Amino acid sequence: MIPRHLLIGVAALLVLVVAMGIYLRQMRRQAKELESPAASALPVAPPASGPTETVTLYVADDAAGVLRPRSAQIPLPGGRQQRAEELLRALLRIYQQPGAPHPLPPAADIRAIYLVDPGAAVIDLNAAFADQHRSGILSEQLTVNSLVETLALNVPGIQRVNILVEGQTRDTLAGHADLSDSFDVTTIEGSQ
Amino acid sequence: MPSITTPTTLTKKALAILLATLMLLSVAPSALPSALPFADDKHVSVYSPVATYTLPVLDRAGREYVGLLELLEPLGRVSTQSDGRRLRLRYDTVDADFVAGKTRAKIHGRDFDFGAPFLIENSRGLVPLSSLGALLPLFLGTPVNFRESARRLFIGIAGIQPSFRLDAGNPPRLLLNFSAPVNPTISTEPGQLRMVFKRDPVVSPGSQSISFDNKVITHASYSEDNGNAELDVTANQPLMASFSNDRRTIVISAVMVPVQQTPAAPSVVGTGAGSQNPAQARPAANSAAGNNNNNVHRVLVAVDPAHGGEERGAALTDTLAEKDVTLGFARLLRHELEIRGFAVALLRDSDATSTLDQRAAAANVSRAGIYISLHAVSQGSGAQVYTALLPVEGTSNGVFRTWNAAQAPALPLSRIVSAAIVAEMQKREFPVRASSASLRPLNNVFMPAVAVELAPGTEGIADLTSPNYQQRAASAIADAVVSVRDQLGVQP
Ligand SMILES: [Zn+2]
Repeated sequence: MIPRHLLIGVAALLVLVVAMGIYLRQMRRQAKELESPAASALPVAPPASGPTETVTLYVADDAAGVLRPRSAQIPLPGGRQQRAEELLRALLRIYQQPGAPHPLPPAADIRAIYLVDPGAAVIDLNAAFADQHRSGILSEQLTVNSLVETLALNVPGIQRVNILVEGQTRDTLAGHADLSDSFDVTTIEGSQ
Repeated sequence: MPSITTPTTLTKKALAILLATLMLLSVAPSALPSALPFADDKHVSVYSPVATYTLPVLDRAGREYVGLLELLEPLGRVSTQSDGRRLRLRYDTVDADFVAGKTRAKIHGRDFDFGAPFLIENSRGLVPLSSLGALLPLFLGTPVNFRESARRLFIGIAGIQPSFRLDAGNPPRLLLNFSAPVNPTISTEPGQLRMVFKRDPVVSPGSQSISFDNKVITHASYSEDNGNAELDVTANQPLMASFSNDRRTIVISAVMVPVQQTPAAPSVVGTGAGSQNPAQARPAANSAAGNNNNNVHRVLVAVDPAHGGEERGAALTDTLAEKDVTLGFARLLRHELEIRGFAVALLRDSDATSTLDQRAAAANVSRAGIYISLHAVSQGSGAQVYTALLPVEGTSNGVFRTWNAAQAPALPLSRIVSAAIVAEMQKREFPVRASSASLRPLNNVFMPAVAVELAPGTEGIADLTSPNYQQRAASAIADAVVSVRDQLGVQP
């Protein structure tokens, strides 16, 4: 038989554990609420809480026909590849906001980025990114330049970038920008 | 992507994708095989359902060798251990034991004779190429088909057999059908079109040589060598190739230049000071028109209305397609150029489908002095002038140029043309900007080349079909071509 005082002690401890749990959850929620106004003041809200880093995105401006640097916060992930994906997703979120300077379809997404040494990167877009992209030389080239420059200027060592759609090579993004060959980073930087 | 499991396979897959992407569609004139990079290096090509790859073949003591680890790695899980004299290798569940300098080895508990010594170099095992047909089945558990003289190794696949169909129209076309998509390197030289299959398991069409009952396209031949398969088509006219049916069909046709202007007798129409000079076929009369007109009868302008046929270009409105605006604009530009004394080749003068390669080939074959591609867009305002997005290079670049960089030597001159168009448009208060674009076929043409994308003016989309608006843009382009005319003769 278990002594009665021991049972009471265990019950009290259990109650304490549950109470501590509830208290901790409350504290965490409060901390999050404190964080969120600060986060919304940033150009791009990071999708997850946790440590972030400041990066420079090269954002296309259709009216001026140029790329403009804009700083943003991205989550600090473990790997180089994950970081590259976070970078381009942050860029994509800017283009998908209402009134964006270079609108991209809401269903557009980056499926994956492969960093292939030495110096090559492969950006794999989803079908909607290309299928619903506006057709036009300027618009398509700005998208390409923005993706390539943002990647190359934040991830050291990238010299060439290939763009795939759903894992496949495609002739053009939306009828104009040629995706059949790799993009040379220096050439794109020089064209700006 | 569920198939990606380990970082190694992921890197391999990405590399494979990258390599596939980098395969160039090369239709460069006079692409001699000796000018192709690494053409002299020996290679063996391996085709299997899991991977297609090429390995270097090494010459050692008069025999050909290939790296064993490099050969097996793409096919399965391999690990090796070597002390410099002995090499132990495990492929999936097969263990093998090799000794440097010995012709015999132990594979899966059995003796194997290479017929030549096994070599170890920098802990790398090298096996005689001639042994692959017998060696690989021991590791893979399946028979392989090794064509040693061609250095092509087929593992568990039958190969892609081409079939031919001649369409004896005008111009005649030869349709090559393949059972799977193919990605050959294509080059042309007078009277011949050569397709080299480096990564496709293309096999003989049944006969090494096929004759056609046609006076233009006469025959085709198949050969294989150094890990590559090659199909050559012979004709007595220039040929060009385009892909269709998801790269399962290659259409080879004789090049037709829409307006075949002979340099000595173009349809030159006099204008202004030159209008006293109606004698079209009298060169002496042309030179009387003054220095500035010396080149008049020599410069042919290739005007390319982008898109066409099934390829509609941008949907400018629900009912207005880019292909229709570009055609109307091109006809206006042709008129503006002709009244300034130029000969004009319109690369499309109807709602016809024409591939980018066909357009580039037509411009290149026509020996035009300048190439102008026309596009239209519903956003923005005025016009945007583009040159190819390529690194500028020197003009002395040897005989061989890749198809995708054919434009590079002409790029400085293309930029001069672009700047001239910008200047002429600005004179007319036409909003305009110049930039670079990775836009085919700008990069595939040898002569100075620009693309002009027409955007609406103050009246919105209606401007794009307004003859008045198009006329302003066209006359600015034509005046710009006049301003650079003297430089167009001096082509690299
Ligand atoms: Zn277009």
